[in-house]
Amino acid sequence: MNPGKILLVEDNPDDVALTLRALKSHNITNDVVVAQDGAQALDILFGADGKGPAEKELPAVVLLDLKLPKVNGMEVLHRIRADEATRLLPVVILTSSDEERDVIEGYSLGANSYVRKPVDFVEFTQAAKQLGLYWLLMNRAPPVPRRS
Amino acid sequence: MSLRDWPIKQKLTAMLVLISGLVLLLTSAAFAGYQYWSLRQATRDALAVRGRIIAANSTASLAFANVADAREILSALRADRHVVAAVLYDKGGHVFAGYPTGVAGADLPAVPGPDGYRFERGLLIGFQPVEESGSQRLGTLYLASDLGAIYDTFRLSGVIGLAVMAVALLAAYLLSMVLQGAISEPILALAETAKAVSTRQDYSVRASKVGADELGALTDAFNQMLGRIEDQKNELQRYAAELEQRVEERTHELQERNESLRRNAAELLAANTELDAFAYSVSHDLRAPLRSIDGFSQILLEDYAGKLDEAGQESLHRVRAASQRMGTLIDDLLKLARVTRAEIRTEDVDLSVMARDIVADLERATPERQVEFAIAPGLSARGDARLLRVALDNLLRNSWKYTAKQPQPRVQFASVEANGGRAFMVRDNGAGFDMKYADKLFGVFQRLHSAADFEGTGIGLATVRRIITRHGGRIWAEGAVDQGATFYFTL
Repeated sequence: MNPGKILLVEDNPDDVALTLRALKSHNITNDVVVAQDGAQALDILFGADGKGPAEKELPAVVLLDLKLPKVNGMEVLHRIRADEATRLLPVVILTSSDEERDVIEGYSLGANSYVRKPVDFVEFTQAAKQLGLYWLLMNRAPPVPRRS
Repeated sequence: MSLRDWPIKQKLTAMLVLISGLVLLLTSAAFAGYQYWSLRQATRDALAVRGRIIAANSTASLAFANVADAREILSALRADRHVVAAVLYDKGGHVFAGYPTGVAGADLPAVPGPDGYRFERGLLIGFQPVEESGSQRLGTLYLASDLGAIYDTFRLSGVIGLAVMAVALLAAYLLSMVLQGAISEPILALAETAKAVSTRQDYSVRASKVGADELGALTDAFNQMLGRIEDQKNELQRYAAELEQRVEERTHELQERNESLRRNAAELLAANTELDAFAYSVSHDLRAPLRSIDGFSQILLEDYAGKLDEAGQESLHRVRAASQRMGTLIDDLLKLARVTRAEIRTEDVDLSVMARDIVADLERATPERQVEFAIAPGLSARGDARLLRVALDNLLRNSWKYTAKQPQPRVQFASVEANGGRAFMVRDNGAGFDMKYADKLFGVFQRLHSAADFEGTGIGLATVRRIITRHGGRIWAEGAVDQGATFYFTL
């Protein structure tokens, strides 16, 4: 995975389609890799054998849903922060709920941002646009950690 | 054992015997005294008579100085064994003749004493003048008698007296033994009854009445007292039983209530947990389809605008509006659920500052509206700041919303006297409401205005009431159509 890509972890195909459309409509052309559940996201990040990812393939940002089949979002976040290679990887929680306990747990586990998906698609498009612009263009990505 | 501890029978017997003895003793003493005195008189008189006879017989012997004759006369005294000595003196006072023969010496007076009879040195002595009928004194006769006669009689009387006393005392003792029962038996019966009562706690026994005297009255009074004690005891027992039964009932009731409370608490806990899970699920899952509905409707409007006529586009707009409205509804419901579940952290809250803050937010969000706010300073309360902010926000936002059609909108936040205490008040001059529906104001999904007039989900005031109730306060409202509304709450 080349730098500058987005890893979208989202199980709902409608949300995937809407997110992709929102990003594209604002000319955010970077590749978006979609993981349909937590396990798949972990495979993409750490390799199917779990032996660690190729550093070159880390995305610029992970857009992470919380309610996911197999391995939920919080668990994925926990694994990302636990691994030396992905410890600094920017993770944005993008989910339906803004339940306080989710917000607190998300930040506690080291999320960089927490965004609630608006019902209104116009607002949703705005949010996706701003997320893309911010994390892909404005934000200075952390240095790629060296493998020991 | 002291006298006081004697059994009453012995006391009575001893008393009767003692009194009888004392009476007998006094009587005997008086009698003995009298007898002693009269015996002495009689003995003296008898000796005087004897002296006069002998003196009369001795006149011739003295007149003719015939000693042998005189001795003959004196020897007649032998008949009386108590006469111990007798002497005849001549005119000159010299001893003429004596009895018993040869009696002389110190035992006899050398010269005659004064005439008369008297007791002297344990003897009865007498000097009797011997005279001729012509009253010429010829000499003196001396007689001495021991008191044996008196003592003999006295001794006999004493023996008789003692015998009588013994018999009388015995009789008194026996009689008292019989008679004391009349007094002691009712007393003993009373004592027995009292003992039975005190040892067996049996108040149903009664002492048997013997007569109608004071003891009878005492027995009656005692029995009456027992009767009363028995009545009171029975009553006490009845009360105790009643009390016990009541305590048992109450205990049972309390246990039932406790059990029911425990069940309720468990149910409440389960309900809360369920609500928690439900709200979480709603929060995550219910909004996703709405997003799809809204999103794809928008995509249709954007990508296929040319293929849809106006009515088709209008329909899609309605779909979008409905889904957004449902999103708001879900959010409001979640807020209500959150308010219900949230833990209350009590602190001092400055409601005036909070209200100004909320108003500033409103004015920022809708700068084109001009609403006159009058917020009293220094309104403070104790409560959960976050929840109170939600409540105050809802109330002020309502006032803001319902004064939209009022040309000079005014909203007031103050504290007033109400129902005998302090209450906070939010008053506006907006659309108001009909007091007929005042009780519906705080119900979930209850609205008094159509969505066309004023937007709303009907959850806001329910949330406010939930918050106030959770603070132990009360909320109520007054209003009239087009006359504004006033909301009061206590904390």
